[in-house]
Amino acid sequence: MDLLVNGLRQSFSLIAHDAEIWQILLTTLKVTGTATIIALFLGMPIGVVLGLTNFRGRKILLSFVNTGMGLPPVVVGLFVSLMFWRSGVFGFLDIMYTPLAIIIAELIIAFPVVVGLTFAAIQNLEPRLGEQILSLGANRLQYLFTILKEARIATLAAIIAGFGAIISEVGAAAMVGGNIRWQTRLLTTAILLETQAGQFDKAIALSFLLLTLALFINFAFTRYQQKGAKGWTRLYR
Amino acid sequence: MKKQWLIVGLISMLIANWLSIPTATAPKKKKAVKQQSMILATTTSLQDSGLLDFLIPKFAKKNKINVKTIAVGSGEALKMGERGDADALLVHSPDKEKEFMNNGYGTKRVTFMHNYFAIVGPKNDPAGVSSLSTAVDSFKAIASSKTNFISRGDQSGTHLKELKIWDKAKITPQGSSWYIESGQGMGATLMLANQKYAYTLSDRSTFYVYKKKVKDLAILTNQSDDLVNRYSVITVSTKTKMKIKKAPAKKFMVWINSKKVKKMIATFGLTKFGKPIFYVD
Repeated sequence: MDLLVNGLRQSFSLIAHDAEIWQILLTTLKVTGTATIIALFLGMPIGVVLGLTNFRGRKILLSFVNTGMGLPPVVVGLFVSLMFWRSGVFGFLDIMYTPLAIIIAELIIAFPVVVGLTFAAIQNLEPRLGEQILSLGANRLQYLFTILKEARIATLAAIIAGFGAIISEVGAAAMVGGNIRWQTRLLTTAILLETQAGQFDKAIALSFLLLTLALFINFAFTRYQQKGAKGWTRLYR
Repeated sequence: MKKQWLIVGLISMLIANWLSIPTATAPKKKKAVKQQSMILATTTSLQDSGLLDFLIPKFAKKNKINVKTIAVGSGEALKMGERGDADALLVHSPDKEKEFMNNGYGTKRVTFMHNYFAIVGPKNDPAGVSSLSTAVDSFKAIASSKTNFISRGDQSGTHLKELKIWDKAKITPQGSSWYIESGQGMGATLMLANQKYAYTLSDRSTFYVYKKKVKDLAILTNQSDDLVNRYSVITVSTKTKMKIKKAPAKKFMVWINSKKVKKMIATFGLTKFGKPIFYVD
């Protein structure tokens, strides 16, 4: 219990005095934010198409997407490492142990999550909705945005899930980033480091910071998700 | 309306921030203008002791070289050298290092510091390790008393040392019910040993750090030669035809063997633990 209380106290003093923590926080935001945004811009349109259309092999493709949602991050880390090590196919790019490598790994993890939940959201819509949107004179882009907005609750769930998958990610980030101080250390990999080194109070402090960060960001997402939502019924009579 | 502007603002901030991500992500062409960088593969025990956090920035600043310190197990570090994925190695696994050098994967190897392992175990010492004088005898006693023994089981320098002692004692503990392979780092292994009132082989610095958390364990051996733990620095060769950063690696080897740095290593740990953790050769 002491560890928890001390950890909470330490998290405040860390934010106030420790420049390294700020750098770790900012790096986490940059890397996770970039990966999430790219996953969204790539994943959502693909999810919409998958949700609306029918074609041969669709079920098989969707199985791959659904499997991708549960892809173990360590496996992603291993494969990305294999590609970007000097001995790997893309070794000449010299990306290993840089923030860019982490962004790529996190993108691979978040992308199927976004696609999978988006197509599930879109497929659930009333079919005539699409016709209605077109009849109001929408072009392709407007169609895309309107469809996504109509399924807002589920599509935001896709964004939140994608973000959640990578803000909590540690295995791949440590492997491809190297957890290098001042360069590729994220909140999660820092927690791992401090735990291994036996600095439990610092690890707990960092955990509080991570959870608070995730809470703030998800609060913003959730507000937008729940805009104008009313319950169907009351919880109690 | 306000919400959309908030989103636009957030996205543009993120993009602006991303564009200013340190040049570590810049494409290769710009490297000629940037500072040199090198990859140093090392062990988790060195990382956890804090020595690297103390030393490496001094080297990096003086020579303007960006040192990427990757802490993995000794076995993994040597494998990285064999693949050409590291430019210099800081490891503590003499047998495997000699094999590494014999196979031509390293240009130079210098054993520059050492410390001692310790057999730690339950305070009541059921196998009577504290009354024995060699590691081999201690391991024999543990095996015959069938007291729990936790192994790192992860090809780390500590694990390989442990296996060497079992080998000398002519005992094969794998498969016995009292021999537990944790597959984890030294800290987690100590916690496991504490929980199970078991013996384990540990480096002293990690034990000192974890001392308060493993209250039921104690160091049961002295700093004898058979428990010595030797650290070497190796510069990786170009056998693998990978783009090894030879110049910074060489500078690092020279720097870490200099008198000044050796003095820093020898006094490291005095403030934190009251005794030095590393002895320089």
